[in-house]
Amino acid sequence: MTLSSARHILLILSGKGGVGKSSVTTQLALTLSAQGHAVGVLDLDLTGPNIPRFFGIEDARVTQAPGGLVPVTVHEGSTAEDGGQSRGPLYCMSLGFILATRSTAVIWRGPKKTAMVRQFLLQTLWPPLDYLLIDTPPGTSDEHISLVETLLLNMPAATGTGTGTPSIASAVLVTTPQAVSTADVRKELNFCRKTGLVVRGVVENMAGFVCPHCMECTNVFSKGGGQVMAQEFGVPFLGSVPLDPAWVRLVEEGKTPVYPKGTVVAGVDVGQEGGTAVEPEAEAQTESKDPGLLVEKYTHCSLFPLFDGIAKTVSSAMEAE
Amino acid sequence: MSTSTSTLIASTQSEPLQAVLRAPLQAAPELVAPEPEHCPGPESEQAGKGDACDGCPNQQICASAPKGPDPDIPIITERLAGVRHKLLVLSGKGGVGKSTFSALLAQAFSSPPRAANGEQPSASAPAPTVGLMDTDLCGPSIPRMVLGPDAAKTSIHTTASGWSPVWASDTLALMSIQFMLPDQDAAVIWRGPKKNGLIKRFLKDVEWGDLDLLVVDTPPGTSDEHLSVNSFLTASGVDGAVLVTTPQEVALLDVRRELDFCRKAGIRVLGVVENMAGFVCPNCRGESEIFRASTGGAKRFCEVENVPFLGSVPLDPRIGMACDFGESFLDAFPESPAAQRVEDVVRQLRETIGLEARVANP
Repeated sequence: MTLSSARHILLILSGKGGVGKSSVTTQLALTLSAQGHAVGVLDLDLTGPNIPRFFGIEDARVTQAPGGLVPVTVHEGSTAEDGGQSRGPLYCMSLGFILATRSTAVIWRGPKKTAMVRQFLLQTLWPPLDYLLIDTPPGTSDEHISLVETLLLNMPAATGTGTGTPSIASAVLVTTPQAVSTADVRKELNFCRKTGLVVRGVVENMAGFVCPHCMECTNVFSKGGGQVMAQEFGVPFLGSVPLDPAWVRLVEEGKTPVYPKGTVVAGVDVGQEGGTAVEPEAEAQTESKDPGLLVEKYTHCSLFPLFDGIAKTVSSAMEAE
Repeated sequence: MSTSTSTLIASTQSEPLQAVLRAPLQAAPELVAPEPEHCPGPESEQAGKGDACDGCPNQQICASAPKGPDPDIPIITERLAGVRHKLLVLSGKGGVGKSTFSALLAQAFSSPPRAANGEQPSASAPAPTVGLMDTDLCGPSIPRMVLGPDAAKTSIHTTASGWSPVWASDTLALMSIQFMLPDQDAAVIWRGPKKNGLIKRFLKDVEWGDLDLLVVDTPPGTSDEHLSVNSFLTASGVDGAVLVTTPQEVALLDVRRELDFCRKAGIRVLGVVENMAGFVCPNCRGESEIFRASTGGAKRFCEVENVPFLGSVPLDPRIGMACDFGESFLDAFPESPAAQRVEDVVRQLRETIGLEARVANP
C-alpha cells in the first residue's frame, strides 16, 4: 500500500478559494523539509493544479512504474556538513505533471474526479515519508468526499482521538481574515467534524501587508477573523501570515527574498534575519533565477520563521498521538 | 490494483470533451451500487455501454435509462423567457474576486446609470432589474456581500409558482443556497449530481420574472457547476462570460484553463477583469504590487489570447470591508479609483451586451 509509506497525513483545507491553500501547503512542505523531515505533497486540485508552479517544476513529468506512478522529486535529502540541520527529501504529485499542456482545461464531472482522486491516493509510489501533505480544491464536494472515503477504507490502522471517533487524518484549515472568507471556512470546519478529521489548527493567511515604502502594515483584508473563528470552534490558532510580495516573487521568478533593513514581520526583523548577509540592495533587477534550491532560498523569506513555528506546532501535535 | 496506471494517463489525454459538453443533463437514474472507476456517468450517452460498465451492477439500469436532451431544458427556457441578458462570471482560480465582482456588477447594473462624468444619476432613466444567482454551493458568499449580517435572517419563500428570490433592493434579486441552509455554518457536502439538481431548480423553479440581466456567479474550476450552467442556459442564450483574475501568473494559469473551457463550450468571452492589481498604501501613498504581474498581468494575457481586456481594479481594503458589512462599495466610495475602474468595466459591458442602449447618451 502506497499510503502506508506516510507516517502522518495532513490535509490542507479551506472552504474558500484563493486564500492560499497551495501557498500554505508549499511553505509547510518546504519548512518541514528544512527541519529534516521527508515530505510528500499531493495536489488534489484537479481543475486548477498549481503545486507544480509553486515548486517551479512545471516541466516535470511523472514516470510510470509497475504498480503505480513515481512522484516527482523536488529535491533530495541531504545531511549538512557544517553541523547545521539536515534537510529531508521532498516529493510531489499533481495532475499538472500529467496534462498535455499547461493551459488545458480539465473539464470533468464528479465520477471522473472521484476516480482520479482514488488513483492518486492509491497508486502513487511514495518513498517512505514522515509527512504527506494533501492540497485540496476549495469546497466540500466530490474531491473531498472521495478523499475522506478513500482514506477511511485504506487506513485500517487509524488512531483514535480519545473521544471515540476514529481519526483518519489531520487537517490544517486556511482562511483569510474577512468575514466573507471565514463564513466559508466555518463550513469546512463542520465538514471536518462530520468526517472525523482532526483539525490541527487554523492559519490566517493574507493578514496585513507591509508597505515596502514606509514599512507600515496595512490590514488589506482586515484582521483577526481567523483567530476569532478558531476560538469559537475550539481549535488551535496557528498564526497570522502576512502578505509578502517577496514570497510571490520567489515563486514566480525564483528570486531570493531580499528585504530592506528594518522590515519587521511578526516581531522578527527580517532585514538582517538569522545573520544572513542579505544586502538591502534596492530592487536588484536581473532576468534569471537566483541559483540554489527553492528550499534554501525560502529560508531567507520573512515567512519562514512563522512557518517554522507553525510546522513545529502541527508536527508535535501529530507526533504526540 | 484493478485499473492500470496507463488508463489514468490515457484518460487525461483522450478526453471525449465534446461528449462531456453535450451530455444531456438527465437526472441520474437510481443506482444500486456506487459508480465504478471510469464510469462514463449514469446520465451520459455511453451509460451502460462503456468498458467500465462490464460487470457493474448498475449496467442494466444505466443502459435502459431514458436518453436524449433533458426534458427540463424547455421548461427552463420558458421560465427565463423574461430575462433579456445573461452574464456568467467565471474564473479558474478561487478567491480572485468572482463573488465580489458579481456583487459589484449586479449593484452597478441595478442602479440608475450614472452619467459619464460621474454626476448624480438622471431621474428619468429607469434602473434595470437585475438577478444575481450564486451557483457556488459549497462556499456561497453572495448573500453576505450584498445583505451583510442580515443575510443570516433571510430565507426563501415558496409560492404556488415556485421559489421567490430575495430582493436586496427594488431592482436586485438574489438567489443562493445560503438562504436555504438550516444553520449559517452548515457544510454542503454534496457530490456533482446533487449540485446539478439544485442549479437546475435555481433556474427552473425560481420566479425570476422580468429581468434585464441575470448575473451568474460561479465557483472556481471547470466542473459540474460550470457544465450544468452552460447546458441549462445554452438554449435560452447566454450573452457571454466575464473572466476575473489577479495579476500573478499562478492565477492566470487557471484563467487560461477557464478560457480553454469557454472556447470548447462555445461561450463568448466578453472580457477579462484584473482584480487586486496594485495597492496604494493608505499611510504613505506609495504604490506596490502585492500580486506581482511577473508575466505582464491580465493585459498581456489578453493580447496573447486575443480577448478584450476590460480593465484592472486596484486592491482597496474598503472593498473587502464593504463586502463584510453588505454595503455597496460603489455607493459608499463613488470617487475612489477602484469604484471608478469598476464603473468603467460596467460601462463597457453595458455597451457590449446592449443593455440600456436607450439611455446610454441622455
